[in-house]
Amino acid sequence: MRVALFLTCVNDTLHPDTGRAVVKLLTRLGVDVDFPEAQTCCGQAHYNTGYRHETEPMARHFADVFRDHDAIVTPSGSCGAMVRELYPRMGERARSEGRGDGLATVLAPVVQKTYELTEFLVDVLGVTDVGAYYPHRVTYHPTCHGLRSLGLGERPLRLLRAVKGLELLELPGADECCGFGGTFALKNADVSAAMGADKVRNAEATGAEVLCAADNSCLMHIGGTMTRLRTGMRPVHIAEILASTEEDPAV
Amino acid sequence: MSSRERILGRVRRALADVPPDEDAPVERDYLREHGERTVEETVDLLAENLADYRAVVHRTDSEELPHLIMRLLAQRGPQYVLVPPGLPPEWMSAADPTRVHDRAVSTARELDQVESVVTGCAVAIAETGTIVLDGSPDQGRRRISLIPDHHICVVRVPDQVVASVPQALERLDPARPLTWISGPSATSDIELDRVEGVHGPRTLEVVLVR
Amino acid sequence: MSGTFVGMPAFPAAAREAVRDTTLRGNLRHATHTIRAKRARAVAELDDWERLRQAGKRIKDRTLRHLDRYLVQLEESVTAAGGVVHWAADADEANRIVSELVKATGETEVVKVKSMATQEIALNEALEAQGIHAYETDLAELIVQLGKDRPSHILVPAIHRNRGEIREIFVREMGEWGRPAPEGLTDTPADLAEAARLHLREKFLRAKVGVSGANFMVAETGTLVVVESEGNGRMCLTLPETLISVVGIEKIVPTWQDLEVFLQTLPRSSTAERMNPYTSMWTGTTDADGPRAFHLVLLDNGRTDTLADEVGRQALRCIRCSACLNVCPVYERAGGHAYGSVYPGPIGAILSPQLRGTGSEIDASLPYASSLCGACYEVCPVAIDIPEVLVHLRERVVEGGEAVREGNKVRLRPAKGHAAERAAMRAARWALTRPGALRTGQRLASRTRRLHPRTLPGPGKAWSGTRDLPPVPAEPFRDWWRRTRGGKDGGA
Repeated sequence: MRVALFLTCVNDTLHPDTGRAVVKLLTRLGVDVDFPEAQTCCGQAHYNTGYRHETEPMARHFADVFRDHDAIVTPSGSCGAMVRELYPRMGERARSEGRGDGLATVLAPVVQKTYELTEFLVDVLGVTDVGAYYPHRVTYHPTCHGLRSLGLGERPLRLLRAVKGLELLELPGADECCGFGGTFALKNADVSAAMGADKVRNAEATGAEVLCAADNSCLMHIGGTMTRLRTGMRPVHIAEILASTEEDPAV
Repeated sequence: MSSRERILGRVRRALADVPPDEDAPVERDYLREHGERTVEETVDLLAENLADYRAVVHRTDSEELPHLIMRLLAQRGPQYVLVPPGLPPEWMSAADPTRVHDRAVSTARELDQVESVVTGCAVAIAETGTIVLDGSPDQGRRRISLIPDHHICVVRVPDQVVASVPQALERLDPARPLTWISGPSATSDIELDRVEGVHGPRTLEVVLVR
Repeated sequence: MSGTFVGMPAFPAAAREAVRDTTLRGNLRHATHTIRAKRARAVAELDDWERLRQAGKRIKDRTLRHLDRYLVQLEESVTAAGGVVHWAADADEANRIVSELVKATGETEVVKVKSMATQEIALNEALEAQGIHAYETDLAELIVQLGKDRPSHILVPAIHRNRGEIREIFVREMGEWGRPAPEGLTDTPADLAEAARLHLREKFLRAKVGVSGANFMVAETGTLVVVESEGNGRMCLTLPETLISVVGIEKIVPTWQDLEVFLQTLPRSSTAERMNPYTSMWTGTTDADGPRAFHLVLLDNGRTDTLADEVGRQALRCIRCSACLNVCPVYERAGGHAYGSVYPGPIGAILSPQLRGTGSEIDASLPYASSLCGACYEVCPVAIDIPEVLVHLRERVVEGGEAVREGNKVRLRPAKGHAAERAAMRAARWALTRPGALRTGQRLASRTRRLHPRTLPGPGKAWSGTRDLPPVPAEPFRDWWRRTRGGKDGGA
């Protein structure tokens, strides 16, 4: 199976550790993972801000880069949802605008084979115990796109419960949005910050050292709020926890 | 151009994308009732749900009914009790208070002087704890079960009881004025929390009679 | 829509005020969290909830896709049952029709059942200008009217008020409008409800004209349905001699049977009850029971413009349950007033810019009043994909394009305020379809990383005012990959 890592532009630029963790984890599980270097961005921020027509060339580029792989794995719930849920919608819209099936046809092949990381682990590889070791108190925030668009459900929790040494603490109000929302964080900064502060307070109340999620964009917002509020908690991507082992622990 | 023509014209232009021959019937794969119950269990569920929304539930048989109604009225001690024109006379045969027969000319103000009302009903819904009045002679005009503060409603069980909302609608005649009642009047307008007792009867007593 | 809202500041500015108002934040948090948990329990009782939801969606879609036919059918059925049907293309026309109907009765006051449509057209103000007093009888509407306030929630317009504030309004204002509040009124909800009962009873008993909206209108039978809790609806619908109902054209359902879906989904979604205390259904007029004259005013006021948008028209499925408001994290913090419309919350953010157009500052800002978290879509009992419509309306704001206004096709220009953003998005698209350009940018960022501040000036303050920026790593992932071939060449 030719498995491609779609790291996302945000992770590539700002969170290379998450990318390395995914590679380490998948390699440990026997997956030969490839990083097509022509990859850039799925276009989510453009699309969600209202620039659908600007997004189309980016989506076409994505489809072009990943066309020949058997599976595309991404450590981002929202970028995964962009491909799986919104690429088909973009194709439909182009069709209803009288531009024919061209876009839908180009995008279709990548839609079904795109998986969010925890989905890929549980559904495709069929593992929940990935042999990880992470001796910390952790609370898990299910990000909105992972929760509602992709329906990740219990998968991330099952993976976390199988991690040796990890104490999983339930996050109150877990399914409430952290307030990131892409450009929402800038356009409605006050509401966004208020949501972030509430999320962080809920996380603090669990007594966890680490808040973990499957999307670094939300973690960037939550983490930025944590340091500003001087909580002493850290945001960590789930991939980094799952990649951590006794021999090679994450710090 | 009249506004009627203008609006209908706008609607038709707005729907230019809808194929003219498209009109498949709506698929209804939802349940006709929730759960399987015996007739007896359905009546029990009705009683339970009525009580859950603060209706006072009584169970009796037709022989005992007049005495029960008498007792319920005696507890409130009203001077007058309102009765719809077609209420079975035997229901009130043991009652003390003066019966006020609703007449078309009775004004709302006159009805406001009466403390209690006794009616029958058209159908009762177990799953939701609802009684439905349809203005039949044993139920009377809509206002008589509204203005008095105390409403006694007699439900013949099990004949008048259905399990669910879909089953109730099948039994009801849309041409009649219908009032669906689920517990005494209530409001959630203060802090989205439910409080019983606003404009409608603050006490609803439902008598399940066999 | 209501003149009260003209000149509203854009959403972010209005929301900023609300976020800082700790009493308001507390009131909203308490109320929405209470109802959220209850709704979840009420919905969980029905194992066919998702099927009911999909059936509700299908019924409403069928109605909307053949709305012309069902409107004509409804008109025939209502007329045959003794009602009179009027058509109003916009708010002014609806207000004119109602004013004339009231004047024809010789009355100078009306009692009103809570209705979103009459709020939307600002009927009370229009009647007042004609010397007709409209009394709101729903408890929350009464609180808003007495407090000279604006509604902030679809179901509970006074949700922004707590019991203490409500008591104060009653004590201060009731005497001005009629029977004063009882001596020694406390702030317990039961006492407050009792005060409203006493205050309004006099108005109900003398009312000759009632004004309502409707939750549903059944095309095949001509039946109107009003769903309520307090009994004020029953009072207004049955005691007056004349009843005038102002109803949006999208409130139709084709058949009597269709009610079986919505009478299950609406109460559980709105007040989290198995069934609301009172539902009234009437078909035209009935001899010797209820009003002798019944007028139905069918209201367009932007609905046909909304219908013309293939993506946006799903907003017309809305049955005004408020579940989306109650779960919305943005509504919970920004409050209803920030939405500048009688329709607040997620549904308001897609309804107002469609009914009114995206021309004003507030309407152009509403599609952005969401983090697109999707909680609204999840609870919607008619499955309106609110995030989808929000993004669609964002596109209309930034790209412009074809739309229908007052029945006419217009070409909208891209909104002015977004020029810089548009240029940035275009530049980003250029770079992001060229891996080389992206890599160059990443390397530049990494090389200069020690110079990056943790807070930003100018527009970047929107982020760094409350959140630290993440540090830029020493090298982007792709450089590590190239250097080590994914760690195979060592040097992790």
